[in-house]
Amino acid sequence: MSMFGLHYRLERRAIGFVLAIIVVASIGGLVEIAPLFTIHQTVEDAPDMRLYTPLELAGRNIYIREGCYACHSQMIRTLRDEVDRYGPYSLAVESKYDHPMLWGSKRTGPDLARIGEKYSDEWHVKHLNNPRDVVPVSIMPAYGWLLRTELRTDDLSLHLRAQRTVGVPYTDDMIENAARDAYGQANPDSPQAESVSRRYGKETTLRAFDGRPTMLTEMDALVAYLQVLGRLTMAAQKPLADLEGRR
Amino acid sequence: MTLNGAWHKVRDDATLRFMMVAAVFYGLTTFEGSFMAIRSVNSLSHYTDWTIGHVHAGALGWVAMITFGSIYSLVPWLWKRDGMYSARLVEAHFWFAIAGTVVYVFAMWNSGIIQGLMWRTYNESGTLAYSFLDSLIAMRPYYIARATGGLLFLIGGCIGAYNLWKTIAVGKPAVAVPGDAPALRPGGLAAQPAE
Repeated sequence: MSMFGLHYRLERRAIGFVLAIIVVASIGGLVEIAPLFTIHQTVEDAPDMRLYTPLELAGRNIYIREGCYACHSQMIRTLRDEVDRYGPYSLAVESKYDHPMLWGSKRTGPDLARIGEKYSDEWHVKHLNNPRDVVPVSIMPAYGWLLRTELRTDDLSLHLRAQRTVGVPYTDDMIENAARDAYGQANPDSPQAESVSRRYGKETTLRAFDGRPTMLTEMDALVAYLQVLGRLTMAAQKPLADLEGRR
Repeated sequence: MTLNGAWHKVRDDATLRFMMVAAVFYGLTTFEGSFMAIRSVNSLSHYTDWTIGHVHAGALGWVAMITFGSIYSLVPWLWKRDGMYSARLVEAHFWFAIAGTVVYVFAMWNSGIIQGLMWRTYNESGTLAYSFLDSLIAMRPYYIARATGGLLFLIGGCIGAYNLWKTIAVGKPAVAVPGDAPALRPGGLAAQPAE
């Protein structure tokens, strides 16, 4: 009863009541905010991590434009069944160049965090063109126009610049040659191809993703992006002990 | 609890019933939300249709129902009508809306829990029992139920829109003035007798 009595008196003092509300609300705030000050200790480092190439970034923009994230997640949780089904669980560092992040919250289709290089380019092109051709029971929509639509490259430099503004370390050289590199990555025999691996590292995949080297389509970009998912860094593939040891 | 002693109004008046049911869905959904934030629950519910069911209990059950109730209260008042064009259509809208919401939410609860359980089921040899596609095929009846629930809700909405249109366009003004725009007449509203 004294508890109610205290509350009854408190309710009649406006300032006191406001202060009490602030105290109670801050408890929740502190519990949620305080751990963030130690985030540098909890987020792993990945020195081997490479950047999205202009072509992959363009593919990522198509992934966002078509709303792929509404049905596909890119975040494998630390649960046994998820690791067995999809692969090593996602690390925070793997999303460090993802602006905005595309973790998703619904799996109408499977998780895509480790889809990179799991299927061939040809499979992806067929699947995106008409999912029923390769997965008969699929309910995914067909994205046939990707193969017919030429990729817009004139604004790629601006996209890279925007990413740099939010902290992705693209160099001036990369920004300047974005359109050139996009073309080169999807056309490995072209003179533009060589400088792509020089700028973005030898791990970069140079392939005619849609099977037609001469034409740069939206399909090239999206498949290039899907094939790099989970492969910007190999940090998640390493045993946990290895990561701990390096710290 | 201002309804104490006046609960018969909830039984008789569909507008008030909209608001009452909305309040119940509000309580249910917010409680469910906290429940779903518990780690062991979330490990099952996350990424599944359970989340979809949860948000639709909030969107259809709470937000839409309280909005319908408010519109049915405000429109006759704003357009100076005795009441809605048809009380029976308000009643019909209510039953379509609640049937649609319940069918939708139950379909998603079921499919979400089945999805979550299928994804984590192991067989005796220690490998995953179901492929992702197995779980997708299992969703089919629930997606049909979901579409049915949504359709019922939409039909209710169309009935409501028709009723509102009739109320505003052809309903008799509460004030006995020829024409349907008393506010624009010389002398204005103040000169009109109260209803």
